[in-house]
Amino acid sequence: MPGADGTVWDVAVIGAGIVGAAIARELSGFGLTVALLEARDDVGDGTSKANTAILHTGFDAKPGTLESRLVREGHRLLGSYARAAGIPVERTGALMVAWTPEDLAALPALREKAEANGYDRCELVGPQEVYRQVPALGEGALGGMTVPDESITCTWTVNLALATDARQRGARVLLRHAVTAVGTAGDGTTTLHTTGGLVRCRWTVNAAGLGADTVDRLFGHDRFTITPRRGELLVFDKLARPLADRIVLPVPGKTGKGVLISPTVYGNVMLGPTAEDFTDRRATGTSESGFAFLRDKGERLMPSLMREEVTASYAGLRAATGREDYLVAAEPDQRYVLVGGIRSTGLSAGMAIAEHVRSLLADCGLALTPRTDLPAPPRMPNLGEAFRRPYQDAELIAADPEYGRVVCFCERVTAGEIRDACTSALPPAGPEGLRRRTRAMNGRCQGFSCAAAVTDLMERHLPAGAR
Amino acid sequence: MTAQVLTPDAVVVGAGPAGLTAAAVLARRGARVLVLDREDTPGGIPRHSDHTGYGLRDLRRLVSGPAYAARLAETARQAGADIRTRAMVTHWTGERSLAVTTPGGLLDVRAEAVLLATGARERPRPARMIPGDRPQGVYTTGQLQTLVHGGHREVGSRAVVVGAEAVSWSAVLTLRAAGCRTTLMTTRHARPEAYAAFTVPGRTVLGVPIATGTRVTRISGRGRVESVEIEQIATGRRRTVACDTVVLTGDWVPDHELARTAGLVMDPGTLGPVVDTALRTSAPGVFAAGNLLHPVDTAEAAALDGAHAAERIARRLASPETPAPGVPLLAEPPFRWVAPQLLRPGDPAPPRGRLLLWPETHVPFPRLTARQDDRTLLRRRLPWPAAPGRVLRLPWPPALPLDPKAGPVTIGLA
Ligand SMILES: Cc1cc2nc3c(=O)[nH]c(=O)nc-3n(C[C@H](O)[C@H](O)[C@H](O)COP(=O)(O)OP(=O)(O)OC[C@H]3O[C@@H](n4cnc5c(N)ncnc54)[C@H](O)[C@@H]3O)c2cc1C
Ligand SMILES: Cc1cc2nc3c(=O)[nH]c(=O)nc-3n(C[C@H](O)[C@H](O)[C@H](O)COP(=O)(O)OP(=O)(O)OC[C@H]3O[C@@H](n4cnc5c(N)ncnc54)[C@H](O)[C@@H]3O)c2cc1C
Repeated sequence: MPGADGTVWDVAVIGAGIVGAAIARELSGFGLTVALLEARDDVGDGTSKANTAILHTGFDAKPGTLESRLVREGHRLLGSYARAAGIPVERTGALMVAWTPEDLAALPALREKAEANGYDRCELVGPQEVYRQVPALGEGALGGMTVPDESITCTWTVNLALATDARQRGARVLLRHAVTAVGTAGDGTTTLHTTGGLVRCRWTVNAAGLGADTVDRLFGHDRFTITPRRGELLVFDKLARPLADRIVLPVPGKTGKGVLISPTVYGNVMLGPTAEDFTDRRATGTSESGFAFLRDKGERLMPSLMREEVTASYAGLRAATGREDYLVAAEPDQRYVLVGGIRSTGLSAGMAIAEHVRSLLADCGLALTPRTDLPAPPRMPNLGEAFRRPYQDAELIAADPEYGRVVCFCERVTAGEIRDACTSALPPAGPEGLRRRTRAMNGRCQGFSCAAAVTDLMERHLPAGAR
Repeated sequence: MTAQVLTPDAVVVGAGPAGLTAAAVLARRGARVLVLDREDTPGGIPRHSDHTGYGLRDLRRLVSGPAYAARLAETARQAGADIRTRAMVTHWTGERSLAVTTPGGLLDVRAEAVLLATGARERPRPARMIPGDRPQGVYTTGQLQTLVHGGHREVGSRAVVVGAEAVSWSAVLTLRAAGCRTTLMTTRHARPEAYAAFTVPGRTVLGVPIATGTRVTRISGRGRVESVEIEQIATGRRRTVACDTVVLTGDWVPDHELARTAGLVMDPGTLGPVVDTALRTSAPGVFAAGNLLHPVDTAEAAALDGAHAAERIARRLASPETPAPGVPLLAEPPFRWVAPQLLRPGDPAPPRGRLLLWPETHVPFPRLTARQDDRTLLRRRLPWPAAPGRVLRLPWPPALPLDPKAGPVTIGLA
């Protein structure tokens, strides 16, 4: 049992979503021993797996907030990290479309807001230009604003890369370790009671996403409550991709960013998300009303999209707190940092949040010595259509025929990639984890043809004890 | 390192009943024919369909799916066709050229003629937009059969089967073989779609109740399916049915990716490519056959399509052709589609001399007419019913008094 062996970690990070994984990676770059605790049986299985995967510039954040700064910095940090780690990023740009006179009137102020957020490349365009850029739009667009640097990425690979990197740098990833109670010892260490045993540490970072308020209460605070805001999404067939070669945004309203249309790096088109407040933190099901709402929106935004098949639908929960900013706070006495309310921009901001947490810890007196022996970032398997994939790579196939054996036909995933995922440093716990690592079974047939073959391969290659 | 170039006379994409039968005919006609299939073994869907019901009209006897698949593959091989499996056709590199991924490397196949025989699949849950949780235990029939056929995989103990067509009964049989009882079948239609030959013994021998006029409105369960919610469409009344397995059957969509990326003219009803009665698509030298054209008919119908297309491909290989302009054929309600969809003067009758129609309502003894402008070309009273969920076959003569300059021919009820 970890902890029982007397190990005292310098830092324990709670939650292996994008934010926690980024923090663990950052801190393990400084001669510290780090444990990354995750309640579930895989990393990246919370909100970080179900979002719209846009690498935001932060053009529409509230100027002056922590979120504004961290999204802007995160956009840059993740952009260059993605190149080093082989995470697919496509700079498709976004077009914000005004559908009403009020929308149109709001655009100039939005451009000014973008400038206040340090982003000065937005341009206002007329209806003709709007339809030139996205001919498939429904009738009635009055004008728009371009955001050329909004990009799309693969949220699964980002999360997995950060966690893999943290592990390579020496951090321990402790899965099935849900923190249930917190105790302090006289020597200034903290004991985390978890479903996987006791974990002792000197410093704790709470990056528990939807569970961050609960964990915060375990530390004796009562300062915020998370209201999960469900976002449902529809993913359309790859044959729809020519309809949307860039992100199409609505003009934001009171209830949030609104429903967008976005290409995905896997070559699909996505429509969503909805925004609906919940109390059940496990309410990741989809609903009849959500589908009806999206159908209706889609019919107006892009009627031809609605003639295509739906490949997938899912729902994610934003960790809304009722505040218009992140809630990041250090408690030096408790040697504890709260990273809460990372609602709808955490994928973009994650790496910058990690740097921010690192500087907060330094301010609290944690000694940080940069390591000179850091390994290079991991090279992640490419899941993006804009970059070469194994089934297209003659040399790779010649070296290992398993990369020429396509098993999941819709997504063109090869036996070699499934084997690699199962034998990697952080193997999947089951079919869902395998989908996020390879795209297998994510396609239009949803396993009609390949479920048996994929499951066989997974069972063959997963190390004993990984499942 | 680049792709290996292959230059057969004809390339067939898909080694299902349609593709294999076409390949056998072409090889017998002396063509060099290459068959590509992405699966480990040739045969298409029947490979995993472990029950009898195949081969009546083409092999002239009833055999099991796997036996049927093996038979067709063997016949094509003996005729001289080159069948390559684990060969995934990924995209077009030219009008009649295809890029292929195989464990042996990339292929660049350049042929004189292409036959698309890529089949059809059942719509999975997301495409049907059934809301709710995302538990394990929800399958399509195809998926269920590959899992069960592969052995070792466990199914639950109580299933709800969505659909009551022939394929739905195929799912019930597979479930039964896997030790899972079907507690309910549901269908949107007012009566079961399958032939009475399935439905009557199904109801009595297998003891499966059928909820007609219903739709599934929700799937619930954490981890594993726990229940489905079913709505009586007419009244809106809903009830919950406990089960641990859901099989979504029927609701076919053709595997039309290659057809669409070739830029072929597509039919909005079948969602497959538009073809004439010689099974030519809109691209010269590109033909199509099987369930890609009519989702979904029996394996034997797909096979006979394949033979029909092969005859036309063999002719084209022998002497280049310029097909005459055609007259479009349109289906009127209650038919969702008709196949083929283009009539050219001088072309042969459609495969087996039958047009295929997809009815959306039940009609006991349909009287059909084909009209061009205000002229009636054909009147037929069928001695069998039109039923949703299965193809209606309409005998169609080779030569009709078509006016090539007039408007489209429409087919509907008299
Ligand atoms: C519909 C939707 C669309 C979005 N679109 C975008 C977008 O386009 N771009 C963007 O940048 N952001 C987007 N976001 C936001 C982004 O997804 C989140 O901000 C980000 O994923 C938050 O990451 P996280 O690590 O804080 O949380 P999570 O990924 O939820 O990770 C928290 C982890 O903590 C674990 N945990 C919880 N309690 C405990 C405990 N007691 N003990 C141990 N572990 C625990 C959980 O299991 C979970 O794995 C979107 C969000 C939603 C819902
Ligand atoms: C559960 C079930 C039960 C059935 N029971 C019966 C029955 O009892 N009797 C009966 O007559 N019919 C039955 N049918 C119907 C019958 O199986 C089909 O009509 C028949 O298989 C259609 O043949 P096909 O050649 O058009 O397509 P398929 O059999 O679907 O074959 C298409 C082939 O093309 C390949 N392919 C597709 N795309 C590519 C690509 N890009 N590259 C390489 N290869 C590709 C596929 O791998 C597949 O092998 C049943 C169907 C199902 C699903």
